[in-house]
Amino acid sequence: MSRILVLFAHPALEKSRVNRELAAAVRDLPGVTFHDLYEVYPEFDIDVRREQNLLVEHDMIVMQHPFFWYSTPAMLKEWQDLVLEHGWAYGSEGKLLHGKQALSVVTTGGREQAYAPEGLNRFTMRQFLAPLEQTFRLCGVEYLPPFVVHGTLGMIGEEIRSHAADYRRLLEAIREDQVDWETVPQHQRLNWSLDDVLRVEGEGV
Amino acid sequence: MYGEGFFLQALIYLAAAVVSVPIAKRLGLGSVLGYLLAGVIIGPFVLGLVGEEGQDVLHFAEFGVVLMLFLIGLELEPARVWSLRAPILGLGGSQVAVTTIILAVIGVLFGLAWRPALAIGLSLALSSTAIVLQTLSEKGLLRTAGGRSAFSVLLFQDIAVIPILAILPLLATARQARHAADEGSHAATWVEGLPGWTETLVVFAAVAVIILFGRYLLQPFFRFIARTGMRELFTAAALLLVIATAMLMSKVGVSPALGTFLAGVVLARSEYRHELESDIEPFKGLLLGLFFIAVGAAVDFDLIGRNLRLVLSLMLLLIVVKWVILLVLGRVFRMSMDQNLLFSFSLAQGGEFAFVLLSFAVREGVVSADLASTLIAVVALTMAATPILMLLNEKIVQPRFGTREREARASDVVDEENPVIIAGFGSFGSIVGRLLRANGVGTTVLDYDSDRVDLLRKLGMKVFYGDACRTDLLRAAGAEHAKLLVVAIDSHDKRMELVDTVRKHFPHLTLLVRARRRREAYDLLEAGVEHVYREKLDTGLRTGVEALRLLGRRAYQAVRAAQKFRLHDEAALRELAEMRHDDKLYFHTARQRIGDLESLLLSDLQDTGETRDMGWDTESLRQDYGGEGRG
Repeated sequence: MSRILVLFAHPALEKSRVNRELAAAVRDLPGVTFHDLYEVYPEFDIDVRREQNLLVEHDMIVMQHPFFWYSTPAMLKEWQDLVLEHGWAYGSEGKLLHGKQALSVVTTGGREQAYAPEGLNRFTMRQFLAPLEQTFRLCGVEYLPPFVVHGTLGMIGEEIRSHAADYRRLLEAIREDQVDWETVPQHQRLNWSLDDVLRVEGEGV
Repeated sequence: MYGEGFFLQALIYLAAAVVSVPIAKRLGLGSVLGYLLAGVIIGPFVLGLVGEEGQDVLHFAEFGVVLMLFLIGLELEPARVWSLRAPILGLGGSQVAVTTIILAVIGVLFGLAWRPALAIGLSLALSSTAIVLQTLSEKGLLRTAGGRSAFSVLLFQDIAVIPILAILPLLATARQARHAADEGSHAATWVEGLPGWTETLVVFAAVAVIILFGRYLLQPFFRFIARTGMRELFTAAALLLVIATAMLMSKVGVSPALGTFLAGVVLARSEYRHELESDIEPFKGLLLGLFFIAVGAAVDFDLIGRNLRLVLSLMLLLIVVKWVILLVLGRVFRMSMDQNLLFSFSLAQGGEFAFVLLSFAVREGVVSADLASTLIAVVALTMAATPILMLLNEKIVQPRFGTREREARASDVVDEENPVIIAGFGSFGSIVGRLLRANGVGTTVLDYDSDRVDLLRKLGMKVFYGDACRTDLLRAAGAEHAKLLVVAIDSHDKRMELVDTVRKHFPHLTLLVRARRRREAYDLLEAGVEHVYREKLDTGLRTGVEALRLLGRRAYQAVRAAQKFRLHDEAALRELAEMRHDDKLYFHTARQRIGDLESLLLSDLQDTGETRDMGWDTESLRQDYGGEGRG
């Protein structure tokens, strides 16, 4: 039983279509703490101790957010800057996050092909996410291949709901420890080969 | 009832001061020199406007020195005086001893007998408390290492006067001494004729009375006075305190200046300290000015003219001898070069005590009247030369020889000179103060509500009682060195008055002013205040944000909406403030602004883009790229 913390960051959720659906899919899942950062800290008044306690209490840190200028919304950057303190999250004394896992759940307006050397954005998602990956590695946290929903600008209801279902399925599997961790690092996107990654115990249940 | 003579005198002295002091200050000579010159000009040898009564004025004005020491005492907490005990006893003691001996030896070399030589040495070893402290504090040098040392030495000299007065009669021949004891200056004290040990006991008892009284009775007494809310009564009480102390001390044979200094130290921790300071200050200033004028008027130019070469060479000799001794002592006591120079130049003169001691010595028959009057002229000249010497030091000597080391112990001062002054410590001011304190910013608080001052003091805070609109009180609270003044007083009129005062006297202070309503904010903006805070704006906006949240809006959106609202409102406020005297334009613009606000508010609902944060909007992006955008 893995405890999951979803750090959700969206400054204008009322204007969101995809993220709203994704969030709704996991918000009330048992075993998942859904933490809506812009709602809790509207003035960026992040409570560092509270955030650190939340991290300690969970095994999997999920960061769900839209991809803004190839990065996280400002709040999530502020969160990293304030919460991942030296001597607590990293450094010779900072070992409190060791052994945990982190996962980015990102939506992008651009389509998948845009995130390639020959594409509009010239770099891959993993390259754009390198700062987060290294941040967590320094904190002794395993950074998983991201869960990315591309092409949200032209996305229609059916498609969105299918991504939301995948998202929910993934978190449930993580919670129940039904993930084939051996094969996970081989994948570029966790959601592209969800069926391979999730080993469903007791087929047919 | 004083007749016309009194007013004529007052007219002459005041006019002389008012004319000459500003000129002297303008020329960078300092007020002391201005007063001295004024004295010389109205004295018997130039205009002759004042004559014989100059001596009486001098004695009366000496009370200014007493007031000055009281004020200096107020600035020094007991712990700081205690920390000065080494320089007072060590530096002060050696200065008096060494200077006395060397001057006496010089006297003997000039052919005097050892007794008068010693008496002269004792008299001339002392420096001028009035001139030195006034000049130092005017230049803001009292808190430097050199200034502190000079102060220590002066304090020791004040103490030393008493034993010197006791020693002088012993230097007379037996026959003359007997005669002198009948009319000596001790005759007016209670301790006259008592055996030595009782005398000591009485002095100690008097000191104990002052300390106990100051510690336990003055606080409730001043509180009682303050509650009446009558400022002049407080001033009267403050003067009463100083005069009573001075009289008590003279009655037990101690210098009144020393006694009031002690009273000042006892009161240094009182919350009424600033109020006392600002009440006494003008009296001190006037009396001290009078004192300097009287010194100037008393310089006997006839005598100097007759013995010009002798007087001038004696004056030069006295200054050089004292200066060299001070410089050597400064070295021995490990002063840095620039501080030592300041110390030496400031104390290299004879003092007002020399007038007293030399006259006393003449009465005791120790020194001849001729010699004494020559020496008194010499001392007066050295006193007049002091401000010039210090100017010389500052402008010529220091830049070349002083190392200008920065004060290492500046932290001593931090407590006294907080960067922020808060006027008014009600609910508004206290929030500001608490936030600043919590972040390690020292604040000096002024409040006019004596009950609140009491309460806050009980809670362990440093709060001072007084009307913040008074320039002298602001100065006492350190307005000259502070950076910010938070004006959190309730009354709008008071706030405007304070803004006015600060603009005039402390233009370097940045004002942060509270406004209770829009109209007040206009007044403040018009008065040129840049930082105006309408007290209801933030609370109103916070309430609005909370209401939006409770109605289901996203918290961050609500906060952003309030932030945008505030920006708009502040801009409108400033725009309207500029045109509010033009009624037509004002109402036109106000209507326009309200219209703007309305459309602003409506646009939120209609989503016209006016208030949206477009950065998070994907609508246009969707249309533009149809799928391939940033991020």
